[in-house]
This record gives sequence, structure tokens and C-alpha cells, in this order.
Amino acid sequence: MSTQPEKPAKKKSIPRAVMPEQAPEVRRRNFEEVPLGYTKEMAMQEASRCLQCKKPACVDGCPVSVDIPGFIKLIKEGDFTGSIRNLWTKNALPAVCGRVCPQEIQCEGVCILAKKGDPVAIGNLERFAADYERAHGTGALPPKSEPTGKKVAVVGSGPSSLTVAGDLIVKGHAVTVLEAFHKPGGVLIYGIPEFRLPKEIVAQEINFLERQGAEVQCNAVVGRTVSIDELFEEGYDAVYLGVGAGLPRFLNVPGENLIGILSANEYLTRANLMKAYLFPKVDTPIPRGKNVVVLGAGNVAMDAARTAMRLGADSVKIVYRRSREEMPARTAEIHHAEEEGIEMFLLTAPTKFTGNDKGRLTGMECLQMELGEPDDSGRRRPVPKEGSEFQMDCDLAIIAVGSGANPLLTQSTPDLKLNRWGYIMADPETGKTSKRGVWAGGDIVTGAATVILAMGAGRKAADSMHDYLTWGW
Amino acid sequence: MFKIVKREEMSEGTVVLNEIEAPLIARKARPGQFVIIKATENGERIPLTMAETDPEKGTITIIYMVVGKSTALFKTLQVGDGYQDVIGPLGKPTHLEKVGTVVCVGGGTGVAVLHPITRALKEVGNRVICIIGARSKDLLILEDKMKAASHELHVCTDDGSYGHHGFVTEVLKEVLEKEDVKLAVAIGPVPMMKFVSLITKEKNVKTIVSLNPIMVDGTGMCGGCRVSIGGKNKFACVDGPEFDGHQVDYDELMQRLQAYCEDEKACHDGFCKIRS
Repeated sequence: MSTQPEKPAKKKSIPRAVMPEQAPEVRRRNFEEVPLGYTKEMAMQEASRCLQCKKPACVDGCPVSVDIPGFIKLIKEGDFTGSIRNLWTKNALPAVCGRVCPQEIQCEGVCILAKKGDPVAIGNLERFAADYERAHGTGALPPKSEPTGKKVAVVGSGPSSLTVAGDLIVKGHAVTVLEAFHKPGGVLIYGIPEFRLPKEIVAQEINFLERQGAEVQCNAVVGRTVSIDELFEEGYDAVYLGVGAGLPRFLNVPGENLIGILSANEYLTRANLMKAYLFPKVDTPIPRGKNVVVLGAGNVAMDAARTAMRLGADSVKIVYRRSREEMPARTAEIHHAEEEGIEMFLLTAPTKFTGNDKGRLTGMECLQMELGEPDDSGRRRPVPKEGSEFQMDCDLAIIAVGSGANPLLTQSTPDLKLNRWGYIMADPETGKTSKRGVWAGGDIVTGAATVILAMGAGRKAADSMHDYLTWGW
Repeated sequence: MFKIVKREEMSEGTVVLNEIEAPLIARKARPGQFVIIKATENGERIPLTMAETDPEKGTITIIYMVVGKSTALFKTLQVGDGYQDVIGPLGKPTHLEKVGTVVCVGGGTGVAVLHPITRALKEVGNRVICIIGARSKDLLILEDKMKAASHELHVCTDDGSYGHHGFVTEVLKEVLEKEDVKLAVAIGPVPMMKFVSLITKEKNVKTIVSLNPIMVDGTGMCGGCRVSIGGKNKFACVDGPEFDGHQVDYDELMQRLQAYCEDEKACHDGFCKIRS
């Protein structure tokens, strides 16, 4: 047994500052943000829990290598401006990451305090620093290198694209972001709901990039309005493709085209991008189900289920063919959903959708499953239990079983090498594709993943693009 | 903003033509492709197939029927006003090839979409016979343009106020008896496309239809526009909008087009009340 004294006891004695939240029974019917944010006092107290490790594991756990002990120390000292400036050197989207990163498997998961208790609330602190700057900041921008005269086109405006834009703009390159939708932000705008990530915050993060000099062009469908080769003809020196996965998968069971069955992409795009939850104040409608089922159990499924609850459903069920252990959603998201009254129907698989004579969904035939031998993904394969058929009533079903590679851009660019699933082949270290001057990253390379992994890919690509723009291919 | 440079009302004011400044789209667009249009910040994204493009002038022309709140809002826009967003060109262009004799069948505002395709089919060397229809003479659109774009034009009205008294399908049957038709193109209301396809299938004439299901993004992301083609799901926005008419499940499409009918009616009534 070691006789060494433990670290100073007072640091451990401070409990992790609990994030204040809207009460579940209230928030389940509104679209306002669920966590309310730390006060200054709470943030400084939480920041004082950080041990300021010499070799911080948290930084290694962060895909964009944020100087976590550094920005936390500045919060502890009450230098909130210093803190956000420190964050900006590594992360163009701190207000977003503080909210949607899966900290529990990244920085907080490897925090030394997590070994014996609760890790430092790194995500909450990052969010605090960004929110404080938004409310009280001077608006001062980070320093920027002299213009290099090089032009970069960034295709898509989701998290990986915005990271590339942010990194290259401070290095002095001229950056144009091309977005197919009428509003920039990608999945941050159309996918993640208002109650998890207020759209105002996304707009401000993009405005931050625009104030630094990035140009954002909406309604530009690269592959249709303009091709990649035409971008080079127009004088761009390098192109980054961060177009996301975004081709919804369906279950391919009978009855899936009944009215009342939507992909999560469609449902969330209506709710988030088109703000259809305000219908008829806005013009885009959204189906308001009373008995809602959501197929799938990832973060998108949780977002869809919680949106349906907020749109006035009597009952919302997550239906998933595996068990709780295999659910891909973050634990915190599952917890939030359950608090809001969303029920979990695990080891359940739909075999058929049924409808009325008007083609509207009325129910779903299901089978109960049990877990068998592990499949290709290493997870135990769900196998149907014989004679377990049962009927589930529903008037709205949302399919959230993932997405595939959208072929719109890649089909129109034949010299871009794809893998057998249609994703773009890019060097994992640099993001370089088979086409000279073209980089790619995020979901269009890896398949659907997280905001921060897409940002990590964007960081690596931006470094490589900067190299290219400085020294050549 | 995408400015309206020309505006015309047709069909007793139920159909409106807008020529819109959209140089990037005009440069790229090919017959058969569509755009998504949104008038205001809180507006809906509406897919419309282009009726005309002028790359030199940098304009595109759309012709829409006023059916709900969004198109009623479009109708209030005058020359000099504009749309907040126009996105495109979207979808695959029409496959143009010289095959011999082609028959083009159009109904309602479908004629507007049919016109550039007809002209292009003629330009590549086909003999083009056109059959267009409307409920009555006053509702008929683009007769002169269709005449110029084809070798032979037949006009039908449901009420007999002009041309053949009856449906386009009746004239189509006669044309198919007389002529060695290699390809049919049908664009119009879903029931019209359905019945045209039934007739051409009997005669084994390849048939192209252009579908306009409910759509949000137009780039393959939402799957709202999925249609059953030969029992398989296809997305009209990226796999279409044109499909083999003999493979389309029209009954499913007709039902799916009704998905928001109650919401649309409430929204439209509310809009009309405010404006009256």
C-alpha cells in the first residue's frame, strides 16, 4: 500500500456543480432550452475542482485538443474573456460543443477525478465561457494572419465545415462557405432541436465567422448549381467537402409509405429548420401525432421523440430491436427523454405498418426479439421470438435508423473515389481525397457520427489545406 | 432576393407566371429540372418545375397554380418584388434522344412543364405530336407556345368549350392507333398521368411522367418525396422527377399528396381572412 498522502482533500470535497434545468413536466411541452446554464459563481466553483494536471488526459480525449486546464483556470480566476479567447484558439464553436459533445466518453470520461467520483463538468464550463462572452463580451475578434491571397471553398456548413472555415480564416485565407439550404449550420440547424441547441446560438457562431471575414452563400447546391471543377475554374485554390451523410434509411417493411411515417430527417427538418412547431404562424406544417412511435435509439431518435412530446403527443414510444445496453444514444439524452415521459419498448421490431382506407397510419405489427450471437458490429444480434407477434397502435411513426451517403455531390464528381457504401475516401490523417485540391471530412467520410468527431476531421483537413496552400500538394 | 422581372396571370387568375432573376440557375438548368422556391422568412419550400430558362438574361420562368397559402402568397408578389430563396436546378434533366415519333400529353399547369421538354424533343429531331387539355377554354395555357414547339397539336376541353370535347386520353388513343409512337411524355394531374400510362402500356409505348410529390429539401435528405417505382422506393428529388410511367404507384402518390390537406386548408383560410 502506498503511504503517500492523497491530493488535498478540499479539492475533492466540492461536489460537481449541478446544471440547473427546466423541470421535466414543464419542458416536455415547450421548445425552450432544457439546461439553464451556470451562474458566474457556480462556474468559478466548478472550475476550482480542476486539479490542473501536468499531463492532462482530458486534452488527449478531445478531438480538437482544447486546452481544457487552461480555459478552466481562467474561469476559476474570473477571467471569462481570457477563457473564451483560450477556447477560440482550438475551437470555433464552443457554445455548440459545450452543449452537444458527448463529454462522458471524451474529456470528462478520462478526467482524473472520474476515477473516484464525478469528473469536472468540462462541457458545462465550456458552455458557460461561450454564453458569458455572448452576453457580456466585447465582440473583439481573435487575431488573424495577413491575407495569403488564396481562396478556399467549403462545401456544406455543418460542424466540420465551420471548423475548416474558422481555422483557415485566421490563417489568412479567403473562405467561402457554400450551403444548399436557405440557412447555414447544417445538422446544427436542421437536425438538433431548439431545446438542445437554440438556433440563435448557431446563428451567432456563424456570425462570428462572418465577422472574421468568411463569406456564407446559401441556396448553393454544389453538384447542381455549381460543380467542384467549376469552383476551381472560378479561382478557388482548394475545396473542402463537409456535406454530411444525409440520405435517410428506411426499414423496408410493408406499409412504410403510409401517411404519418416520416424519416427523422424530414420530421426534424420540418421542426427545426422550417420551425414547423410554430405552424400556422409559419407556413410549413408538421404532423402532430397523438400516439407516436420512434424507430431507432440513437441521439436522433431521442431528439425526434422529445420533439413529438413537445408537439402535444399523448404517448411517445422509442421502439428498438436491441436492448438498453446497445442503445447508441448518450446516456444523458436517454435520461432526459425518460424524464419527459418517453417510454422505451426494447427488443421490439416492427414487421409491418397498417393504415386506414385513406392511406393514413393506424398501427404497427411488431415482434419481440431476444439477443443471439454477436453480429458484424460486435453487438449481439437480435433474433425474433417465435409467436411473439403483437399490435401497437400509432398515428405517427418516425424512422430514425441512421442515414447513408447522399450521392448528389459524389455522382456529379466522377474522379472522387468512394468506398463501397458511397462515402468519400479520404486520408484519415489529412482528409485528402483522390482529387487534387479537394479534402473531405465529417459524416460524408465516416458515416453518421458526432459533431465533435466531424470537427476533429475538419481540424486535420484545415491543417493539411493550409500546408497545401503554403507549400503545394 | 430573387427579383421578379415579369408576371402574367393565366387561366382566369388561377395560374400565375413569374420570370425570376436567378443567373446561376439559369446557366445550369436543363429541361425537366425543378427549383425550390420560398417567398419569405417563414415561408414554405415549394418545388416547381421550370417552364423556361434564359441563360443570357439570367432568368428562369415558373408557372404555378394557386392552390394553398404558399401559392396565394406567391400571387401577391408583383414585378420588382422577389422571392427570398430560389434553389436549383434540382433533379435529373429529361433524357433527350431521337427515337422517331413522340407524343407529349399535358394537362393543367403540367403543360408549362411539358413545354420545354416538347421543344427539346423536337430540336433533337423527333416528330412531336402534342395533346393538351384543360377543364375549359379559359383555363387552357400556352396553346401558342405548344403549337410552335410541336409538329401537330391537339387541344381538349372537358366541357367542350374549345377543341375536342373530352379528355386528352381519348385523343391519345386515336393518335396511338394511327401513328407509330415510340415514346410518350405525360405531365399533369396524377389521375391524368395514371390513365395515360394505362393506355400506353396496352400499346407497349415507353412513357415518361414527371412527378411532384410533397418535398422539403429537394436534395435527397428528407425522403418525404419517396414514390414507389416498380415496387421500390425512389426519391423524386434526386432519382427523378421523371420516371417510367408504367412503374409508378399512382394511387399511393395521390394519397400521399393529401398528407397535409387539412393543415393546408386551415392555413390558406387564415391567410385569405387576413387579406380580405
